[in-house]
This record gives sequence, structure tokens and C-alpha cells, in this order.
Amino acid sequence: MTTADMIDIRDLRVRFGTVEAVKGVSFAVARGASFGVVGESGSGKSTVLRALSGLNPAWTGHMEIAGQTLTRQRSRDFYRRVQMVFQDPYGSLHPRQTVDRALSEPLVVHGIGDIEARIVRGLAEVALPPTIRFRYPHQLSGGQRQRVAIARALMAEPEVLLLDEPTSALDVSVQAEVLNLLSDIQARRGLTYVMVSHNLAVVAHLCAMVGVMQGGEMVEMISADDLRAGRTKHPHTTELRTLSTELEEA
Amino acid sequence: MSAHAEPMSRRAWLLNESPASRRQAAWGRRYRLWLDFRRNPLAMAGLCTLVTLGLLTLAAPVVGRYDPAAQDLAYRLAEPSWAHWFGTDELGRDVLARVLYGGRITLGMVVAVVLLVAPIGLVIGIVAGYFGGFADRVLMRVTDVFLAFPRLILALAFVAAIQPGITSAIAAIALTAWPPYARLARAETLTIRNTDFIAAVRLTGASPWRIILRHVAPLCLPSLIVRVTLDMSSIILTVAALGFLGMGARPPSPEWGAMIATARRFILTQWWVPLVPGLAIFVTSLAFNLLGDGLRDVLDPKQR
Repeated sequence: MTTADMIDIRDLRVRFGTVEAVKGVSFAVARGASFGVVGESGSGKSTVLRALSGLNPAWTGHMEIAGQTLTRQRSRDFYRRVQMVFQDPYGSLHPRQTVDRALSEPLVVHGIGDIEARIVRGLAEVALPPTIRFRYPHQLSGGQRQRVAIARALMAEPEVLLLDEPTSALDVSVQAEVLNLLSDIQARRGLTYVMVSHNLAVVAHLCAMVGVMQGGEMVEMISADDLRAGRTKHPHTTELRTLSTELEEA
Repeated sequence: MSAHAEPMSRRAWLLNESPASRRQAAWGRRYRLWLDFRRNPLAMAGLCTLVTLGLLTLAAPVVGRYDPAAQDLAYRLAEPSWAHWFGTDELGRDVLARVLYGGRITLGMVVAVVLLVAPIGLVIGIVAGYFGGFADRVLMRVTDVFLAFPRLILALAFVAAIQPGITSAIAAIALTAWPPYARLARAETLTIRNTDFIAAVRLTGASPWRIILRHVAPLCLPSLIVRVTLDMSSIILTVAALGFLGMGARPPSPEWGAMIATARRFILTQWWVPLVPGLAIFVTSLAFNLLGDGLRDVLDPKQR
């Protein structure tokens, strides 16, 4: 590990009862870089993310963010530094809270002032019109909701953004918009991304390095360029790649 | 702007799809719920009945015309007439006045019970559901203990143990009425606590109590309100039953159940004496049930 690494995970294991969902995964992500995790459903890729975010406390191994070792109990500082965007924008916004409330919550919790201006800026940053500020989630489209979720994650000015299939619940045209938004934000803020997806094209679009997971193990780490060129080593990666190119051609 | 345009613009303000403030958004949501509710004639009938009953009991000194405790032994058990619309009871007291004043006691007790019970049930249920594990097991076993007894018998035992009276009746009914609400709130919390939006709140670093009070409780409230409204009738019946058994309001307080109890000696000959408080109990319970049904349709569409 070099000191420039933002995230360092070594031998992470997660258990659900008797099932070991993640069997010793290790990877490191440099500050300002993007790391993609791909795999089929049930390969443990989302579990890695939830363990890293602190939502799943049943893990063992070693995890570091910005040189600080993570414990099961996370400090408020950790939550300022690391934020997450969820897969389903229909489930990740509180149904009885307006956009305004969702965005102000992190500011209130962390005691960050200047709420009014920050919300206006936050909406502008994800290209949402100011008119939706006081709407409820059911008055928004899927793409708008996901933008709100991204804006909420950015409110406390994190350094790491964990993306759990942020586009898979969206229409194809909206997917591209959200992906472009995410890469713009990364370029502007110098964020570190860890993105989980089952879609190789989506991951390769955003991430320079990709880890392929199968049955709770990370079977291959490959650069996005090698992946595109088809220089895969593990048969599962080859299989995933063939599947996704076949889908695109179909 | 002309005076004529004023109500239209308020409606437009409420129904605006792009509200300009949190207040407008919240009132707009409430207004839409009210519009939904208004479409249900039975529920509106229930609401109107309850409002009318409430106003009548508040206006009892005006509408009742008589002092509910004033005895007129020359006019014992008089039939309904112009002077006494619903007749008089065994001590010559005006039945109408007693029913109206009694409404204050009965409805007041019901409201007191609900105000005590709903928050207790809500907090216990949410805490058990959200934290799970040991807290859940302890709280739910306590709930089971209370649920295991028939409500009226447990309330009777409590009142008898303390001393008969309005306050102890309220306390006793409250003690026996909270477990279903705790159960309900727990079940709701279990489905809410694993949602992504609660996970997102946890990732802000908010404390568990903040999450419970500001994010989980508001989602449990609608079904709780519905359940409380539907339970109102059974609370009224329990209050009346305690009064009937002499464990609630003490004479000469005109509590509905107690009125029926004293009238049971002449229930067949002077039928109007127990009939009117009986009707009051029936109408109030029915109105609460209709209101509760309507509220459920509006607040909890998925449970229909």
C-alpha cells in the first residue's frame, strides 16, 4: 500500500449466519481514482460495499480509509468522509420527506451551517431545477430521484463515494446522464469512487480499474483498457465480457 | 386581487406542484389527503357526527337546559315530554342534560386514554423493532403478558386494586390498551428499518434516537392513527362497562355506562332512561368506526 491510497481493504470476510458471502477480498483504491466491482447477483459485490460503508457490521479483516483503520462502530467523522448512493432511487428517499428535507438532514446532523445556500448549490450541482426543491419523492422521476440521492451524498462534502449500482434501476437514456454527471462531479471534486455493478460497460465507462467477483471471491483485477481489449485472464471475466458484448450487439 | 379570487388562489397554492417552502409542501400533502377523505361519504358522516357530538357536549349548559345533578323527586321517571325531551331518571334528573354532561366524562376519558396509550405504544414498539435483539425480546414479552389477559378483566383488577374513580379507570384502561399499538408499531418498524432510505440516514451519522423520532416514527403514525380511531369504540365500551360495573365514574357523575347501570332496575318499564345513554354509546362508537375506516383508506391505501 502506498500513502496515496484512499481505500485499502485486506482479506475482508463477511458472514451471513453460516454462509460466507465475502471470502477474503483485498483491493486498494488511490485517492481520486475509481474502482469498479463487477459480478453476478449474489457474488458478494454489494456486501463488500455495505461492509465498507458500515451498514453491515458482521465483517472481519482489515479496512482503511485515508490511513485510518475502520472499526465496527464508525465515527461521525467517517460519515462525513464516506457517503453512498443506493441502487433503487425509489427506495432510497424517505417517502414523507421533501427533497429539501433530505438534503438538509446531513447538514443538520453534522452541524454544518449555511443550509439554504448549500441546498441551492447542491441541486444545481446535480443539474436539478430549483422548482423541485420542495417536492416529495413521488412527484419526481427515477432519474431526478437518483440525482437527489447523489446530491444528498455530496451534501457533507465527502471524499469517498460508494456507488451501489447507481444506474441499474434507470432507463438507458437516463443511465448515461447519471454516469456523465458522476464523472463530472468526480473530476470537479477529486472524489474517490467505488462502484458496484453487474454491467461491465457501465463500470468500464467510469472506472480505470475493475475487480471481478465470483462466489464471494475477487477472481481478477483488470484495467478497463485490458477489459475492453479482451485481455482477460480468468474464465469468469471472459464469460462476463462475452455476455455483455453479445447483449450490446443484440 | 379581488375578494372573489381569494379562495381559488388558496386552493391553487395548496395544489401547487412546485411548492416554494416546506410549509407549503406539507400543507399541500395534507390538503390532498383531505380531498381524498372528503370523497368518502360514510367517513364524512362519521366525522360530522363526532364533531356535532363534541360541540353538543361542550355546549351542554346551553343545550341541556337543566343541571345534570338537580333532583326533582316529584318528577321521578317522567316520560319524555316538552319539559324533559328524554324524560327524567329515578331521582327526577333530566336525562338529556345528564347524557350531554356525561359525554364530557366519557369522551374525556376516551381522549385521555388515547393520549396516554398511543405515544407509549408507539415508543415501545419502535424501540423494540428498531434495536431488535435483547430490547426487542424484553419489550415484546412484557407486551405478551398484557395481551394475555382479557382487557376488561385486567382493567377491573387494576381499578379494584387502586380505587374506583375516573382517574384510576383511565389509568387501568391505558395499562391494558397499549400492547396492540406496540405490536403494530414494531411490525411497521421492522419493515422500515431495513429500507435504503433509513440506511441513507444512518450513513449521515445520525443518532439512533434521531432516526427513530424524525424518520421512523412519522411513517408508523398513519397506521397507528387508523388503529386508534378504530379502537375508540372499544375504549368507549370499556369505559362504559367499567362505569356500568361501578368501577368508573362515581355517582352522581353522569357517565354513560353508569347511567345504564342505575337504570337497569326499570329497564323494561321506563325504557327511555337507559335508552338515551345507550344510543349515545352506540352512535359515538359507530361514528369512530366509520371515521377510522375512512382514515385507513386515505392514510394507508395498501391495507385496504
